[in-house]
Amino acid sequence: MPADTNEHTISSSRTAKYWRKRSSATVELAARPVGADAEPDPDRAPQRRLGVTFWAAIGWVALVTGAAVAAPLLPIADPDQIGIGPRSSGPNWDQWFGTDTVGRDMFSRTIWGARVSLMVGFFSIVAGFLVGGMMGVASGYRRGWIDLALGFVTYVMLSFPTLVLFLLVILLFGQGLWIVTAALSIVVIPSVSRLARAITIAFAEREFVAAARLLGATNRRVMAREILPNVLIPMSALLLLGLGLTIVAEGGLAFLGLSVADGFSWGKMIQLGAGLRTLQTAPWVAFFPIGAMFLTVLSLNLAGDRLRQYFDVRELGIGGR
Amino acid sequence: MAGSGTAHLRGHDDVVLRVENLVMEFPAGRHQVVHAVSDVSFDIRRGETLGIVGESGCGKSTTARTIVQLPPPTSGRVVLDPGTDQEAELTTLEGEDLRQVRPRLQMIFQDPISSLNPRRRVRDIVGEGLHIWSEGLDDEKIRARVDEVLEAVGIDPTVAANRRPHEFSGGQCQRISIARAVVLEPEILICDEPVSALDVSVQAQILNLLEEMKHRYGLTLVFIGHDLSVVRNISDRVIVMYLGKVCEVGGADALYSAPAHPYTRVLLASAPEPASTVDESEAAIGDEIPSPMDPPSGCRFRTRCPRADDRCATEEPVLKALDDDHFVACHYPSVAGASGA
Repeated sequence: MPADTNEHTISSSRTAKYWRKRSSATVELAARPVGADAEPDPDRAPQRRLGVTFWAAIGWVALVTGAAVAAPLLPIADPDQIGIGPRSSGPNWDQWFGTDTVGRDMFSRTIWGARVSLMVGFFSIVAGFLVGGMMGVASGYRRGWIDLALGFVTYVMLSFPTLVLFLLVILLFGQGLWIVTAALSIVVIPSVSRLARAITIAFAEREFVAAARLLGATNRRVMAREILPNVLIPMSALLLLGLGLTIVAEGGLAFLGLSVADGFSWGKMIQLGAGLRTLQTAPWVAFFPIGAMFLTVLSLNLAGDRLRQYFDVRELGIGGR
Repeated sequence: MAGSGTAHLRGHDDVVLRVENLVMEFPAGRHQVVHAVSDVSFDIRRGETLGIVGESGCGKSTTARTIVQLPPPTSGRVVLDPGTDQEAELTTLEGEDLRQVRPRLQMIFQDPISSLNPRRRVRDIVGEGLHIWSEGLDDEKIRARVDEVLEAVGIDPTVAANRRPHEFSGGQCQRISIARAVVLEPEILICDEPVSALDVSVQAQILNLLEEMKHRYGLTLVFIGHDLSVVRNISDRVIVMYLGKVCEVGGADALYSAPAHPYTRVLLASAPEPASTVDESEAAIGDEIPSPMDPPSGCRFRTRCPRADDRCATEEPVLKALDDDHFVACHYPSVAGASGA
């Protein structure tokens, strides 16, 4: 009998806890004015905060972006002027990040280098999302032969060696800013397209899509008004992750001398600083662009990953290769 | 039971929708086919409310979906306004032609949350139909019309119009769905289990609202449900379906006071408060519902029917008249006056 009593106590205390939890939730819910949107749902409150790491990461990205955009206005040295300080001098009060082998100011160069890196990265990921998103929505919603055709294009793009593609594009069209951007966006398109297709298929089953078609909405209207907003908003969370990816990719290209010919990015700076003698005598020449890129991409990944959780986007596609 | 046959179809007069020999089969892989709807026919008069009842998986919702051509049926005809100059045979229309007649037939879905786009505001959701067909309508007129319809369904437009669906309860979402469906003043409103996902107290409100909308906008309703008391209350005429076939068709009261088909009797006896015309023991039928991939031969209900014999296994019963407006597809129906089976 004692065992029986014991068990009873446990179960009843569990029940009591359950009810306490239930009733407090009910009270909170009831206290909410109907339709009030400011109050977050108490059950989901823990997930509904982005956290310190996220904001620190966003802060760093904002700082770098702001500096890059405002570079011509900032009171910093001309990044291309040779002999602004002694050659290969380490960080000091006049040149915070030191100077490179021909005496250019590394601090100024790091900020100016961010311009090309961020610009190419940003525009290529945005273009990739737009084109890939539209392809994915079209193939996920229309299915049939459109899906097959776009799926085939996606597979071709996925199986084409990236580096060969870049060499081809640069040989044919040169090393302009927009050409490099376009080439990078082509790499992004297939992953984005596949993800958008998957999300679209999930939403196309929903009844509001049927309702829109019943009202007489054309296919284009259904895709633009009903599906695209539902696909793009969660996918925007992946934009930050993708941006990290394209910045690194641009850096890789620049290191190989395949990126924008006019001007310089972090990747090109790393290449200039990566000679064996320079690394031995003036390691900061490579270190500062590496550090800037590392911190920026790390921040983008942290923030993007948090946003992805926040919007609850399934881990598909992007960067999965 | 089987429900092939068209004895229950009425003439042209005042019929607003006629469904003939509707068949919907879904491929299920390995050369198998799901027989979701098999040879179903019925018609609806203007201003009538037609109820369709049956248990889950009997093809009620598929019937509704195929009527509105989402997706189009495997075969069969769906004719809107037969015999008038507005006649449209939906099953033969495609693309732009189908789009043009779409607004005449609207639908309300079971899941109120899923039927509203979470990213759009109520004003845009309800006004969507007007925006699509808005030739000659300026934004101000659309606004006024949306406000008017929202008020008609009991949603305050000043509070609600700029909110998004997640800020509303299930019942409110269903009201918004109704507003979206009636804003174009359709001829027919198909309600696919519109109250099944709602609390009982809210169910009654939504049913009353549907009645009100019916009178206000002169709608013809098709009401699909599995709750017999609900369907009976709202319907003039009721169709009982089982495994993709029609069992029994009749006026709501006739069907409930003198259920002739054994399956109708089972449904009535299974209600929490069984109808007085059946015995509670009749609810006890064996086995699960057979697979729609391999439906029984002859009468599809025979595997669970207390009255089934050899004839039911070989010969498919056809709908036949019991009286003016009461039809049953059964070899051994209960006839009014005689005791059941």
